[in-house]
Amino acid sequence: MAGSTLVFPSAERRAYSPWRETWRRYRRHKLAVVSAVLLLILIAAVVLGPFVWRISINDIDFNSRLEGPSLAHPFGTDDLGQDILARMIYGGRISLAVGLMAMTVSVTVGTLIGALAGMSRGALGHALMWLTDLFLSLPQLPLLLLLIYLFRDGLKAVFGPEGGIFILIVLVIGGLRWMPVARLVRAQFLSLREKEFVEAARALGASQARQVLRHILPNAVGPVIIAGTIDVAAAIIAESTLSFLGLGFPPDTPTWGRLLYDAKDYLDIAAHWALFPGGAIFIAVVSINFIGDGLRDALDARKVI
Amino acid sequence: MGQYILRRLMIAVPSLLGISLVLFIVLALAPGDPFSELATNPNVPPEVGLALRAKFGLDDPIYLRYLHWLVAMAQGDWGFSFTSRVNVDTLILQRLPTTLYVIGSAQVLALLIAIPVGVYAATRPYSIFDQIANTFAFIGFSLPTFFTGLLFILIFSVKLDWLPFVYTTDIQATGVHWLIEELRQGIMPVMVLGLFQAASLTRFVRSAMLDVIRLDYVTTARAKGLGQARVIVKHAMRNAMIPVVTLVALQIPAVFGGAIVTEQIFRIPGIGSLLITSILANDTPVVMAVTFVFACLVVLFNLVADVLYGWLDPRISLR
Repeated sequence: MAGSTLVFPSAERRAYSPWRETWRRYRRHKLAVVSAVLLLILIAAVVLGPFVWRISINDIDFNSRLEGPSLAHPFGTDDLGQDILARMIYGGRISLAVGLMAMTVSVTVGTLIGALAGMSRGALGHALMWLTDLFLSLPQLPLLLLLIYLFRDGLKAVFGPEGGIFILIVLVIGGLRWMPVARLVRAQFLSLREKEFVEAARALGASQARQVLRHILPNAVGPVIIAGTIDVAAAIIAESTLSFLGLGFPPDTPTWGRLLYDAKDYLDIAAHWALFPGGAIFIAVVSINFIGDGLRDALDARKVI
Repeated sequence: MGQYILRRLMIAVPSLLGISLVLFIVLALAPGDPFSELATNPNVPPEVGLALRAKFGLDDPIYLRYLHWLVAMAQGDWGFSFTSRVNVDTLILQRLPTTLYVIGSAQVLALLIAIPVGVYAATRPYSIFDQIANTFAFIGFSLPTFFTGLLFILIFSVKLDWLPFVYTTDIQATGVHWLIEELRQGIMPVMVLGLFQAASLTRFVRSAMLDVIRLDYVTTARAKGLGQARVIVKHAMRNAMIPVVTLVALQIPAVFGGAIVTEQIFRIPGIGSLLITSILANDTPVVMAVTFVFACLVVLFNLVADVLYGWLDPRISLR
């Protein structure tokens, strides 16, 4: 154990703040660092892209239909002569936003349910875990499709075609992915609430809320961060899958999955149309997954690196 | 063992009921009313509309409606497809074998790849083989099935022209040729699904194996002078497979999701593509029934996993 002796390297290391220590461990995972850089580039591209690349997503040009990559159109054009780079920048904003928002939903719901189940000692905990197991055995994609099919028109009427679908997709994807987080949080809570420092807080008269928010939750946050990271990737895949099946965003909203859906019938004459958005999804997902892997190494305090 | 299976069955029934309740609530909460067209149609007098509503029980309290729906589902009365004008159950029974064939072969392929690779990687942790396998696994489950499907079509059908990319049920051949064509058209869908599954399973098999291989009884087996192959296969693997069985069962819902996508890409006439076409055609009875069939299959496979679990680890069935 590094901490049991007072040899100077470990003593010096103890001065680091927890976040700095996490970063020190994270840096060891080379692929995770590369992935973080890639993801930042991708985010910068979709956020700042429209200011640099000024072609509109709806510019139709029948003289340059289904053209391969060129200087005028670095990623080529689609069957209406629309610029694929411009469309991918626009779609990337939506795909990444859906990923982040759906993760927020699933982590919030999962933490809440997991914390409740972890703190209650009676029937409530059992009921919540039964609910979690029930949700885990639901067929996700069919249910996702069913929910979108049933509620699409209602929300479209209230929030407009794009906003309504956005809210629906975020809620539905987030609402079907909270179970792993809930299980993790519950397991953490069950072990943490019996620890001496929580008992000490209880002995000092800390209320239940203070025990949870101040003592238990901060110690349970590591696995939640890891699960949340992977949830972003899963949500991006889920959104792209929906759009790919033609049931996600409306046809004039070019999310990455929708671009693939439109491109799939032109594979033989315009392969670039499918390869660029598919590649973008892959890069986003693989880099998020590697970041999750790096965080797992960095946040697991028991693992000595 | 018999008693254990019975107990598991008793647990499966409430979860099926729970799933059916979730589905029903979703349907009941959804905006839109099957009789709204009647209400706005000036040719139908309002009292006729009301009588029809009463006849079909739309004004009953919600728990009564749920009970009616449940009884009808249990009796096999799944309704009538609006678009193809046949009973929903015959429609689904026509499509189900194809889906099960594709999913089953993909699952077998995944296990055939994941178990040897995972076990071999675990016996040599952090070796070059382990690192390469790990990286490939990561890339494998980060590639969504719809993109690998398109890549496969691009490479093997468009560029190389080796395999057909549309799945047909009426192959114009007989005998051996029919069998070859049938297998040929199955290769790509099975590969797409199987490789995706294999990627996540490999990592899991590796870590499950690593947990077991450090245990004392494995060292004992080695100390007795048993060969490496015997220690790994007979002693370590049987215990390492227990968590793997759970994971395979937990992944079944994801497998069905992948099946929907692959069926759509390769135009396989299974229940996944049936679901998509019925959603696009607003064919509610079929949509509901297919979702319910998917749910039943998930519960069924969980049950199978539980039984396997009891066989692999006899302590569990005694509890």
